[in-house]
Amino acid sequence: MLPQRLAEIVEDFRLCQGREKLELLLQYAESLPTLPDHLKEHLNEMEAVPECMTPVSVMAEWQENGAIFHFAVPAESPTVRGYAAIIAEGLRGATPEEILNLPSDFYIAMGLQDVVTSQRLNGMAAIVAHVKRLALVRLEQMNKPS
Amino acid sequence: MTTEQYAHPEVLVETEWLAQHLHDPNLRIVESDEDPLLYDTGHIPGAVKVDWFTTLQDPVRRDFINQQQFEALCSSLGIANDTTVIFYGDKNNWFACYAFWLFEYYGHEHLRILNGGRQKWLQEARPITREVPVYPPTDYRAKPPKRDIRAFREDVFRHIETGGALVDVRSPQEYTGELLHMPNYPQEGAMRGGHIQGAVNIPWAMAINPEDGTFKLPQALRDLYQGKGITPDREVIAYCRIGERSSHTWFVLKYLLGYPQVRNYDGSWTEWGNLVGAPIEKGAGPS
Repeated sequence: MLPQRLAEIVEDFRLCQGREKLELLLQYAESLPTLPDHLKEHLNEMEAVPECMTPVSVMAEWQENGAIFHFAVPAESPTVRGYAAIIAEGLRGATPEEILNLPSDFYIAMGLQDVVTSQRLNGMAAIVAHVKRLALVRLEQMNKPS
Repeated sequence: MTTEQYAHPEVLVETEWLAQHLHDPNLRIVESDEDPLLYDTGHIPGAVKVDWFTTLQDPVRRDFINQQQFEALCSSLGIANDTTVIFYGDKNNWFACYAFWLFEYYGHEHLRILNGGRQKWLQEARPITREVPVYPPTDYRAKPPKRDIRAFREDVFRHIETGGALVDVRSPQEYTGELLHMPNYPQEGAMRGGHIQGAVNIPWAMAINPEDGTFKLPQALRDLYQGKGITPDREVIAYCRIGERSSHTWFVLKYLLGYPQVRNYDGSWTEWGNLVGAPIEKGAGPS
C-alpha cells in the first residue's frame, strides 16, 4: 500500500506516454521547494544520500501529522530534483511505519525506465532507501523508553 | 607567450566564437547530456537535443542506431551532409564526445566540440532559452560504419596478443576491482571487478580543467598519457563501463593529441567483465 498522494503520483506517471513522462518529471523538478530558511544555514548537517551520483542532501522533520522531507539538489541535475520532489510530495505527512512499508520498487510502475537508463533510475532507489533509513531512526527514537 | 596548438585545433570551438555564430545557417548546435532533462531546463539558442539512451541506442539490439536510423535522426534534426555540427553537454562534454564519436562512425565530416561545454557557457552567463527549435528535414545520407574507430571484443583479444596499448578511463576503484561502478553510483553491471589484461588506468576527467570544464593544454595532456606509456606510436584502445567516458578519451587522444590509431571499445567493462574466457586483472596496475 502506498500513501495516497504517492499512489496518485505513480498513477499520473503510469498514464503518461513517452515524452510526457519526462515533461511531468520536469514539472516535479521545478516544483521542488527551496530549502526553508531555518535549514539553509544547516546545509552541512543535512544527510547526504551516498548512493546518488548527484550530491543530494535530505532532512526529515517529524510533525504530529507525519513527515516533511526537505531536499537540496543542484539545479544541473533536474532528473534527481524530480525524484526528490516526487518523494517529498508523495510522502508528505506519511508516518514512519508507512515509509518503512513502502515497496522498494514502487516506482517501476511509473514506467520511467522507458525514458531514462536503469542507472539513472537507481538514483530513485537510493533516495527511497535513504528516507526509509530516516524513518527507521525516527521509529527507534519514538520507541525508546524516556 | 604563444600557446602550443592541439594536433587538430579545428575540432574545438570556443564559447565566444559560438556566441558570434549562433545564427549561422550552416551550423547545427547539438546538446547531449547525461541528465535527460537538462536540455529542457534551458539550452543554447537554436540547439537541438540528442539523448544518448533514447536517441542514440537501438531500443532492442544492444547496439547503436543503425545507418538508416542515423540518417533519419540527422534528417529530423535538420542536419545535412555539409552541416557543421557542434556538440556540447554536461559533465565536461562526456556525452558530447560520445555523440561526436557516433557521428564520425557514420562518416559525418564536419564535427566540433564546444570547449568547456555547458558549464563554461553558463559560467559566462551567455544566453539560454527553453524554445525548442524545429528545422526543415534534410535528405541525409550516412556512410557505412567506420570500423577503425570502434573496437569489438574480438579486436580487444587481438590487441592484447599484439601488445597494443589499452587505456581504462574509469575511476581507480573500478580499475582495481574494488567497485563494479563509479564511486557514488549503484554497484551493477558486471559479474567481476577489475580491468582488461594490460590496461593502464587514466581516468577520463584528468584531461579536463575542473574550474571551467575546458580541455587541458597539449603539453599537460601529453604528459598525462605518455607518462603512462600511452604513446602515439602504439595502437590504442580506450574503454570504460559502457563506452561513454572512453569516447571522451578517444577524442582527446585522436583529435587533441593527434594519435593516428585510436579506437573506442564501447562494449567496455559491462561486456568484458561478463565475458567467458576474457582475461582480466585485479589490483593497482597492469602486470
